[in-house]
Amino acid sequence: MTDERQTLVEIRDLWIEGRSDEEWNPIINGVDLTLHKGEVLGLIGESGAGKSTLGLASMGYTRDGVRISKGSVKFDGIELTTASAAKKRALLGKRIAYVAQSAAASFNPAHKLIDQHTEAPVQHHVSSKSEAVADGIELYRRLRLPNPDEIGFRYPHQVSGGQLQRAMTAMAMSCRPDLIIFDEPTTALDVTTQIEVLAAIRDIVEQFDTAAIYITHDLAVVAQMADRIKVLLKGDEVETAETREMLSTPKEDYTKSLWAVRSFQRPAKPAPAVDATPVISVQNITAAYGKMPVLHDVSFDIHAGRTVAVVGESGSGKSTTARVITGLLPQTDGVIEYRGQPLPADYRKRDRNQLRQAQMIYQMADTALNPRKSIGEIIGRPVEFYMGLRGRKKRERVRELLNEIELEPDQFIHRLPSELSGGQKQRVGIARALAAEPEFIICDEVTSALDQLVAEGILKLLARLQDELGLSYMFITHDLATVKAIADEVVVMKDGHVVEHGPKDDMFRPPHHPYTDLLLSSVPEMDPDWLTNLLAERGVENIGDAAVDKM
Amino acid sequence: MSGLMWIVAALVVIAALSWVFRFAGQAVTGNRPYFRDMSYGVAFGFVLGAAILIWVVYTFIKARFILDETAAAPYFFFIFAVEGLIVAGIAAWLFRAAGRLVGTGGTRKLFRSMPLTASFGILVIIIYAILSIFAQVIAPYGQEEVFAAANTLPGTDPMHPLGTDNIGRDLLSRLIYGAQNTVGIAFVTTCLAFLLGGSLGFLAATLGGWLDQLVSRAVDVLMAIPSLIFALLLMTIASAWAGNQGWLLTVYMIVIIAVIDSTRVFRLARAVGINIVVMDYIEAAKLRGEGLGYLIFREILPNAYAPLLAEFGLRFCFVFLTIASLSFLGVGIQPPLADWGTMVRDLAQFINFAAFSPLTAALPLMAAGAIALLTVSVNFVVDWMLQKSSGLKE
Repeated sequence: MTDERQTLVEIRDLWIEGRSDEEWNPIINGVDLTLHKGEVLGLIGESGAGKSTLGLASMGYTRDGVRISKGSVKFDGIELTTASAAKKRALLGKRIAYVAQSAAASFNPAHKLIDQHTEAPVQHHVSSKSEAVADGIELYRRLRLPNPDEIGFRYPHQVSGGQLQRAMTAMAMSCRPDLIIFDEPTTALDVTTQIEVLAAIRDIVEQFDTAAIYITHDLAVVAQMADRIKVLLKGDEVETAETREMLSTPKEDYTKSLWAVRSFQRPAKPAPAVDATPVISVQNITAAYGKMPVLHDVSFDIHAGRTVAVVGESGSGKSTTARVITGLLPQTDGVIEYRGQPLPADYRKRDRNQLRQAQMIYQMADTALNPRKSIGEIIGRPVEFYMGLRGRKKRERVRELLNEIELEPDQFIHRLPSELSGGQKQRVGIARALAAEPEFIICDEVTSALDQLVAEGILKLLARLQDELGLSYMFITHDLATVKAIADEVVVMKDGHVVEHGPKDDMFRPPHHPYTDLLLSSVPEMDPDWLTNLLAERGVENIGDAAVDKM
Repeated sequence: MSGLMWIVAALVVIAALSWVFRFAGQAVTGNRPYFRDMSYGVAFGFVLGAAILIWVVYTFIKARFILDETAAAPYFFFIFAVEGLIVAGIAAWLFRAAGRLVGTGGTRKLFRSMPLTASFGILVIIIYAILSIFAQVIAPYGQEEVFAAANTLPGTDPMHPLGTDNIGRDLLSRLIYGAQNTVGIAFVTTCLAFLLGGSLGFLAATLGGWLDQLVSRAVDVLMAIPSLIFALLLMTIASAWAGNQGWLLTVYMIVIIAVIDSTRVFRLARAVGINIVVMDYIEAAKLRGEGLGYLIFREILPNAYAPLLAEFGLRFCFVFLTIASLSFLGVGIQPPLADWGTMVRDLAQFINFAAFSPLTAALPLMAAGAIALLTVSVNFVVDWMLQKSSGLKE
């Protein structure tokens, strides 16, 4: 039925190469793409699948060190691969717009939002400056930004991340383009903020009948946004189909595996004995950054061999709690007990054994591994430092640990972190924590920077290690699917308070605290009608940050 | 006035020609993207460059082959510069070609991606290093040896190929010894400055707090005083302490310049260090219970090599120029030790003869040229290293 509509973008047999070192490597291998007017196409795939490259290529643009080697890109009948710079200049920003992943990094911090908003219409002689300002305010209103008359006259740092992302969508809309490319616009946002941005984007795309290419790695998100979905794998197209058809009957094995990711779930463990001493007991912790209080009377226990998930949006104090437990941020009040013994508040005052028992795995494996050290050195250091092993014994232990995290020792031991993929880096981070042979590991958003398939691999590895070694995890996350998969107990935090606390099954069953309810209902589901239903049920004013503010 | 008119007229002609050039380029190549998307400024640059090149070639041929010797005298240094540039280019190209053929896989790859300027810089640095290390073997005479023939011009006496100075010392030998003294002392000074500034900078970045405040403010105070004047002042005091002992004054000079320059190194090391200290792997190491030494030398330092190495090159140039200036002003390296700054000062009055006897004026310029060549070469190499480490493309 969409085929009757006019074709807007037509990509035929597109080959793109990227330069690394001294040779050209293929990024996109002969992909076709057709987009009709007013249609939304979802592009999904793992990182490195070439989603962004393909999205940019549909604007006739390639990043530095990347070239289109073959094929054609037609936008409304204009061949973009051979178009002159002047011709493309007339199109880009006016008829094709782009919304980047990180609005915070894409806005110029030195100019007000409205000045950046009006630049394109004025440059392209679409409207005068004052008309563009009035139109900008109207767009801000339609995108339901708070205080639309004034928000444009602020600087980017004075506006929150979700609002910036919406302001950027408004900016893309400023010339009423025929095509907008959304490059992971909600990946960096909290679930509660994400849902607002999603609703706003979908609404405005429908209102102006704009065609869009929506790039993401989150299937549930793409199910809400797209009319059709195209799956990419390492630069090759896997399959394309209508959203509903794709969700109900995926044809290729790879697509099926993507769909199956969310099914991973661990069997529930029996509750710990009532008189058991917890491995880590957080008791009435209050902490502050300088004079700014961040944690208020936080208490929970972590028992041996169990996983406690700490959830909440950013700024709720999840990571700060971890910093207090490790001793990086000494608490102002309360006690952290390790097996019944109070731990010194400052990590500098803890002895080597106390430090060894609590290990951390970080969210960003890129910054958690020293880029100038080989994998062998990174894992070998705690082995040597805590266990006192040297020479051949140390090497053997490192190889053992690499086997444990399912990386081939001969292949990886001499590599640098930059020569590893994201998932492999995260595994090395796990091995470094394991090398200390701890009882307790803090996992700080360990899977949120990873693709779903890779993240599932990491979760399974963590689950297996827990069963084999009897580890306790404190699992910090904002992704409730992860909580469902791995947690035994859940702690919900908001503004430095523990809002709700209990076994996992209780948490996913009503009645909840209203905040827990909001968090749970904000997690996108694979059902393409989910967002529509939710909006119908709760109304636009009762989702996301607007609802949080009311609380 | 007519000179100005000439320039304006030439620019107008070039402006017209560049439009023609772009149009012709588009017509001849059948609208290839490169010419099609060329901005007018780029076309203007091409034509201006071509015009300057034509002028250089024309002047060179006229002066070198057509005019007689007296008429060509004003062009003496011009001819020398053009020939020097050509020879340097060929030498750099040959050196790079050799580097691409010989050596391990890693160095060959390095040479393949190397621009000509960097290979020239490396070649010059290697030559300077060899000269300064083996000065005693290479130099034909001692640096203090005095001959009967004073003020010999270059090329007139086969015994002294570069001539002799005003008291009859062989200039070639003094230039070679000068490499040893000036470059050697500059190297030692720079190393000392890095040891001092680098370790304090990393310490301030890692510990922070009052130590950081204390050292940083002290550095601010030192940096507020113009460095050359400060060095002169301190050297005047030091020369009173040193008395007649020249070597002691040299040691004082090394320490004074090292301390003054270490403030700049401190700033850089602290800035780089602070960026590294906030990384999670540093936090992981701290939580492991690692000591300060391990943190600084094993975790931070390896990640700071690239900017520090580039700074080392630049800092070396500045130190080297400071020593030459101090020597030129008479408080640096003391006679009879050969030094390029002192050589420039001793022979400086000959520069007045440049108009009618270029060879005479060449006497002070040789030492000055030796300074300039090394500075330019080090900068070439540093530029290349910075570009490599920052990952800039084209």
